[in-house]
Amino acid sequence: MDGFLLQIFSGLANGSIYAAVGLALVMIYQSTHHINFAQGEMATFATFIAWSLIENGMSYWLAFFLTVGIAFVGGLVVQRIFIRPVERAPILNNVIVFVGLLVIFNAMSGWIFDHTVKAFASPFPTVSAVFPKYISGHQLGSLGVTLAVLLVVYLFFRYTPIGLAMRAAAQNPDSASLVGIRVSWMLALGWGLASAIGAVAGMMMAPVMFLDPNLMAGILLYGFAAALLGGIDNPWGAVIGGFIVGVLENILGAYVIGSDLKLTVALVLIVGTLTLKPNGLFGRRVITRV
Amino acid sequence: MKIRTLTLIIVALAVLVLPWLLTNFRVFQLNLMIVYAIAVLGLNLLTGYGGQISLGHGAFYAIGAYTAAVLMDQASFSAYATIPFAAVVCFAAGVLMGFPALRLGGHYLALATFALAMAVPQLLKYKGIEAYTGGVQGIVLSKPEPLFELEFLGQRLSEDRWMFYFLLIVAVVMFWLAKNLINSRMGRAIVAIRDQPIAASALGVQLATVKTLTFGISAAYTGVAGALGAIAVAYVAPDSFHSFLSISFLVGAVVGGLGSIPGALFGAAFIQFIPNIADEISKCAPWAVYGAILIALIYVAPGGVMGMLNKLKKGDAK
Repeated sequence: MDGFLLQIFSGLANGSIYAAVGLALVMIYQSTHHINFAQGEMATFATFIAWSLIENGMSYWLAFFLTVGIAFVGGLVVQRIFIRPVERAPILNNVIVFVGLLVIFNAMSGWIFDHTVKAFASPFPTVSAVFPKYISGHQLGSLGVTLAVLLVVYLFFRYTPIGLAMRAAAQNPDSASLVGIRVSWMLALGWGLASAIGAVAGMMMAPVMFLDPNLMAGILLYGFAAALLGGIDNPWGAVIGGFIVGVLENILGAYVIGSDLKLTVALVLIVGTLTLKPNGLFGRRVITRV
Repeated sequence: MKIRTLTLIIVALAVLVLPWLLTNFRVFQLNLMIVYAIAVLGLNLLTGYGGQISLGHGAFYAIGAYTAAVLMDQASFSAYATIPFAAVVCFAAGVLMGFPALRLGGHYLALATFALAMAVPQLLKYKGIEAYTGGVQGIVLSKPEPLFELEFLGQRLSEDRWMFYFLLIVAVVMFWLAKNLINSRMGRAIVAIRDQPIAASALGVQLATVKTLTFGISAAYTGVAGALGAIAVAYVAPDSFHSFLSISFLVGAVVGGLGSIPGALFGAAFIQFIPNIADEISKCAPWAVYGAILIALIYVAPGGVMGMLNKLKKGDAK
């Protein structure tokens, strides 16, 4: 029973990170109807920036917030420079640009910070304050950070004028621009936010997985699986999906299939969800007019 | 028309003599280029003509390679006999993947196939099938021996040179088949579905059947390429089928020109030789160069090399 609870808790901790990645994907999807394939690599790159800041003597939390800021600006700039020219192009062109970004960010991480595996510090105590038997300090901490991020995102979209403008731009770009919202900039803002959330997820994942240029490659897939499971147009669905995927992955890994096939779980979840319940568990059914 | 026939003959002769003018290692690289050309052609049938995006063709390449390797290693098949098997196995795998693909458009399909590409190396390492696949170590094969001895221009007919001619024959057949497929009723249906799915189905094209079949045929092409690749390299291991392999096929298809059959040759030359050049700058440079060229092409020349060539041709005609 102890072992089982341990798996559940560490599944929840991992799940919170998947939830964050899933949330970042949903945010970009909601504002642009695109899925950003480079999300994971961008997050990895941001994590490397945090690492080098800390290595150069900056305190953890200062580096943390500075990195989130850099990631936000970086995401904004990437959208302005690379995505804007293909905003109205066919999906295939968009996917190719995303794949190009994925490759470039991955190569840059390796180029600038080289491929050696690096240890990444955790700001949290090693022993957890609650349930020390089942959950480590870092897991509890990353759970808390992710929940805080989710809360901030929720409040931002629900109660601030910019959040409202972003939602309007996503839902009805034409009417939104008629009432004076700069739709294109709202999309850029969405990219910036998603990039910042991705950076948080990367920094929470790095102490668990160690830092190398492929840190987020697998996590991106879990994030996708989470977002799809919860419904790609529903932020809360992505969060719940993330926790479900995390727990499922850990329990299946521990008791059923072994740790070798964890990525296959993500594959089966993605294909399964898309085939059986394409709108996810909490998504709205989208009706297309023919 | 006469000039065209003449150039064709000269080019064909040059290609036939080419392996004797190069070192064995260069011939080996050329062999891989031919293999990639077939793989890129397969992806192009699906993405260029069919409009379905796949970031997972590396998976079919891996399945083809392993089919060939396991048959040679476990059932002592001759290398040549494994190729039809690889085609059939990959066709089946492609059709299986084609079913969920029916429901998925655009991004979702790219995503699901990308997950496939990521999962395949893990599946190949799986302990339960280690007896056949050799686990992480993979399978070491031997290159097929030339059937006869020959000396030309002071060079021996080595395994690689022999392989070159074999690959050339297979490639010519595959390209010819692809050209005929595209010019057939089926090919027109594939393109019609890409451009106007509703109009196509109103004209009686079976969307589901054609789409699934396209996926299967495309996977079979890439699977054949995988089998040929395994034979040419004489080695398969899970980590050579990293998800970036799928991305390089996409790079090849875009560089050569989506929706163009000869474009696959340019795409294959690009993915085979550009990394070697970029490698001299830095170990990571090839991928950065890939990414930059990929994005730049989408902005300035979405038609790839073939698109540019066609434009030049039209300019001449004026």
